[in-house]
Amino acid sequence: MTRRERPLSPFLIYRFDYTMVLSFAHRVTGVLLAGGGLVLVAWLLALACGPDAYARVDDILDSWLFRLLLLGWLFSFCFHLANGIRHLAWDLGYGFEKSHARLSGWIVVMVAAVMTAGFVWVALERHGGMS
Amino acid sequence: MSAGAIKSGVSHWRWQRLTALALVPLGLCLVFSLSRLDVLDYGSVSDWLARPLNALVVALFVLFSSLHSQLGLQVVIEDYVHDQRVQRTAVRLAGFAHVVIAAAGVLAVIRVAGGGAT
Repeated sequence: MTRRERPLSPFLIYRFDYTMVLSFAHRVTGVLLAGGGLVLVAWLLALACGPDAYARVDDILDSWLFRLLLLGWLFSFCFHLANGIRHLAWDLGYGFEKSHARLSGWIVVMVAAVMTAGFVWVALERHGGMS
Repeated sequence: MSAGAIKSGVSHWRWQRLTALALVPLGLCLVFSLSRLDVLDYGSVSDWLARPLNALVVALFVLFSSLHSQLGLQVVIEDYVHDQRVQRTAVRLAGFAHVVIAAAGVLAVIRVAGGGAT
């Protein structure tokens, strides 16, 4: 009996390219956002339970740890959205060329960074500082 | 490969794209609203959610993002969990959790928007 040759994993075949990091980042941000959705619903439940229950989660919402998490979720959202549109373009058959994929990858990172900064700016503008 | 993934492959692919498309405007609306909201103030948050259009956006976002999240996590589970039995159980558990989360979210929105909480 001869052993059939097993297929190799992509990372053993292809030379490293930063587009691979973006591809994996799409997954990681997606999983993070699944957790964010859970927290969003927990927040809605606290809201539905009335003012007293909501006052009890104020301390959590006001903490620096939560702000840091929010920033992480915000960036994940922006990146996943921008890169998701890149995926949808691929589904339609656009941008498959290697140079195009690398360029669109850079654009996605830039767009995600600018979007994140934009939302943070809106939030700070609205609340007049970090108080 | 799991047979389930092959059997329902086209529908999985289509729903992942459809929910993705819907989540682009819904997500942008929601995140923009949230960034402008005084989250620490119960009154302003409940007033915001009591508006029908906002309630609709949040409810639809919860529904579509739950489905999108389940479809995505299913792929991640199928890629990294190789034991068939564990894999199937994990996908089902994730599905159950997503249904519970989506239902809880939508009910919470209805309660606040319907004035039940105030």
